[in-house]
Amino acid sequence: MNKLTKFKPVIGLEIHVELKTKSKMFCQCEADYFGKEPNTNTCPVCLGLPGALPVPNRKAVERTILIGKALDCKINKISKFDRKHYFYPDLPKGYQISQYDEPIAVKGKLSIFNNQYSNQSQNSNSEFDKNFRITRVHLEEDTGKLLHVGSDTLVDFNRSGVPLVEIVTEPDFDNSDDVKVFLEELQTIIRYLGVSDADMEKGTMRIEPNVSLIKLNLLQLKNVKRVPGNPKGSVKLPKYKVEVKNINSFRFVKDAIDYELERQIALLEKGITPKQETRGYDPDKKITFGQRSKEEAHDYRYFPEPDIPPMTFSEKFIAEIKVPELPQERLDRYINKFGLREQDAFVITRSLQTTNYFETIITDKVVQEFKAKKKISNLEDHVAKIIINKKLSTDLQVRAFIKKTLEMLQPKETDEKLLNALIDRLIEASSKAVEDYKKGKENAIMYLVGQVMREMKGKADAKIIISKLKAQISNPQLKSKN
Amino acid sequence: MNLHGKSLLELRQLLTDKKISEKELNLYFLKRIKKYNPKLNAFITVLENNHSGIPYGAKDIFCTKGIRTTAAAKVLDNFIPPYESTVTRKLQEAGMAALGKTNMDAWAHGASTETSDYGVTKNPWDNGRYPGGSSGGSAAAISAYLVSAAIGTDTGGSIRHPSAWCGVIGLKPTYGRVSRYGVIAMGSSWDCPGPMTLTVEDNAYLLKQIAGQDKYDATSSGSAVPDYSNEIKKNKKFKIGIAESYFDGIDDQIKNQVYKAIKVLKKLGHSVKPIKLLPPKYSISVYTILQRAEVSSNLSRYDGVRYGNDRSFFGQEAKRRIMLGTYTLSYGYYDAYYKNAQKVRTIIIENFKSVFKDVDLIVGPNTPVTALKIGEFDKYPFYGELMDQLNEPASTAGIPDLSIPVGLDSHNLPIGFKIMGNYFDEANILNLAYQFEKETDFFGVIKKGIERYKD
Repeated sequence: MNKLTKFKPVIGLEIHVELKTKSKMFCQCEADYFGKEPNTNTCPVCLGLPGALPVPNRKAVERTILIGKALDCKINKISKFDRKHYFYPDLPKGYQISQYDEPIAVKGKLSIFNNQYSNQSQNSNSEFDKNFRITRVHLEEDTGKLLHVGSDTLVDFNRSGVPLVEIVTEPDFDNSDDVKVFLEELQTIIRYLGVSDADMEKGTMRIEPNVSLIKLNLLQLKNVKRVPGNPKGSVKLPKYKVEVKNINSFRFVKDAIDYELERQIALLEKGITPKQETRGYDPDKKITFGQRSKEEAHDYRYFPEPDIPPMTFSEKFIAEIKVPELPQERLDRYINKFGLREQDAFVITRSLQTTNYFETIITDKVVQEFKAKKKISNLEDHVAKIIINKKLSTDLQVRAFIKKTLEMLQPKETDEKLLNALIDRLIEASSKAVEDYKKGKENAIMYLVGQVMREMKGKADAKIIISKLKAQISNPQLKSKN
Repeated sequence: MNLHGKSLLELRQLLTDKKISEKELNLYFLKRIKKYNPKLNAFITVLENNHSGIPYGAKDIFCTKGIRTTAAAKVLDNFIPPYESTVTRKLQEAGMAALGKTNMDAWAHGASTETSDYGVTKNPWDNGRYPGGSSGGSAAAISAYLVSAAIGTDTGGSIRHPSAWCGVIGLKPTYGRVSRYGVIAMGSSWDCPGPMTLTVEDNAYLLKQIAGQDKYDATSSGSAVPDYSNEIKKNKKFKIGIAESYFDGIDDQIKNQVYKAIKVLKKLGHSVKPIKLLPPKYSISVYTILQRAEVSSNLSRYDGVRYGNDRSFFGQEAKRRIMLGTYTLSYGYYDAYYKNAQKVRTIIIENFKSVFKDVDLIVGPNTPVTALKIGEFDKYPFYGELMDQLNEPASTAGIPDLSIPVGLDSHNLPIGFKIMGNYFDEANILNLAYQFEKETDFFGVIKKGIERYKD
């Protein structure tokens, strides 16, 4: 896009993830509010009744630390909650308990592989291509939900007080493709951590991109290829930013950003600075639309939540929160240990369900014994391909899957006599292919292999056929004697 | 049986001994309430059909399940809590029952009950005067013996101040000693529920019932709860500190009675020495800023969407506090006001901590003047802060502070005397008060008050 040589997109992300804890953030109500009758999953605390007090959920705090660690953040040893004030009917206290200047985790990063863009293995070494800085990870409470029924607006507080983690990135993105890949990776990580379903459609994961553009002067144009993650390479931030809300898929995030960039460029080219505001996204029309002017942070009148003492985390407490193997590490292991192709490893590791199924199969005792007995060194690769090519469904019970897999991997018993006779006959009948092969066309032999396999109805090992074919063709003296 | 003037524990004993029934007891107090409350206006809600349990008065700031709870604010005129506050629940478990919800300054904003949306409470000693506040209904109800004991809350003096003006015993415990769960929040980092009684024994008994860690209040303390009733009877001699700065600008009659009380303490064998405490004026500034900030936040839930009555129902004082608090939390002012006030609060805490290395307890006057005439509220800007100037330091630091009567002034109005102690040292405070009670019977003040209100 030529226009983008004059204006550089500056995109940051605010990501909300609802934690899958048993109880809500500050009370005993269940965190799982899905499908419940409105206002049945509430108590004095999450309704914000006079006199009710919040008591923080330890598990939610631990899980936020876990997310922080998985995103390479520094975990603050002292952290506190703050009140963020604004009026909205779904916010029963008139303030949200959130975190302001001492969040649980700060200064992290998320690295993205080049291969994740195309799912094509360009470079098989595990070199990180882009780092996106994470500003902070903090913990807060979700709000209630407004339901619009005819001309009435109803409030359902079932969701009020559900633990919500906010992940904020630096404005390190300059295109919507990077954003999409980043989000897919983040979603996968969150799911690996087992802390949330991170489901965009259900709203357990929500994205708010901040989009703006900066005009580049000639000098900056030379430096435009800055390295993400390197603050020194950053250009000065624009004076405004537009936040887009209510987006419920990664695809729409990309579309909304692209639309915003176009819209803002059109304004900027006319010499108009876009308004600082919050905009909604309409996926049908693929447009964003103005909602309200965005408050500055200071209008929220943040101050330390007096109802909750500050939290102090010991080194030991933080160390005991262990990050499991993350998708990238697992992908590396599949490549290095099992010899999977990078794109196969990528497909398997994308879904936690698939990768866990795969792990269950390959570590199964029966499978391991089979592998040792039959000396199938690349068994894991076979299993991966069976899954990827959907030869077997991962919906199958593990035992059934294993039984069928082992049948498929059973080395072929070869009827030697039949095979030898068949090979002799074919070599005589297919003189052209034989000649081609002799002239150096390696592929010609594959034609013969195919013929043999068909005659043998698959009951032969391809490797054996090839070696026998080669031997016979290059050894004509023996032919007549046989 | 003549029940008039009997302490809470005496009444409890009569019930245990089956000399009276709970019904008789409740009817007795209901009759007195019927007789005197129209004049005193100590109660907002009276539970006329409640005839069981040992009756007491609960400030209308404690949420009581199924019983209207207003915080004396019309905004909550129709609010019937679906849950019980921890304090009133614990009292239920101790066999007690709120006979009524006592009047107070709206949202506990004030030291007079003048700001109550349900009318001012009259001081039982002089019905033309304030009972003090904000727990003025509770103090007046005990002083006129409409109940034998009551529960109040103290943010910057709201138990101690009316206790002093009505001539009863009121304890603000250490912050975190008693759960705030179910107490309609005023200044969240200050609010302390506490007992108001006619005897020190009653006070120790009630504190024991309501104190302790609460899983519903993250700021409640896990420190062990002593058996205060035993603690007060131990023979102890204390090192007592007196801070000159607490006598500046205090009415001479009050000073004289306080000095007289200190003489009694010396006579009882306690050592008394001067100490240096930061002048109370610093606490007033800190309190005014931080408490207003918290108020503006705590009241934001009354946005007109729930509870029936919208924001137009807020009274003048609440609006003033919301505006001041909102201002101090605003961008550009937060650092200048809130943050600095927090720093000074820390200095005040350190000041008390270092003084308590030298002395066990600190004593002094409770209020600068005795009960003012109704209407005089308007004469004083920051009236509450002025009246509570000697109470706000202990609130700022979060230490316990007790008010006991030590005599009457020339208008026959009670004079309050304060005993401050170190964190979680309510036992020693009550111990000293008990020694004083044994020695002086509070110069007959409490009895005189009750006797004015015959059966």
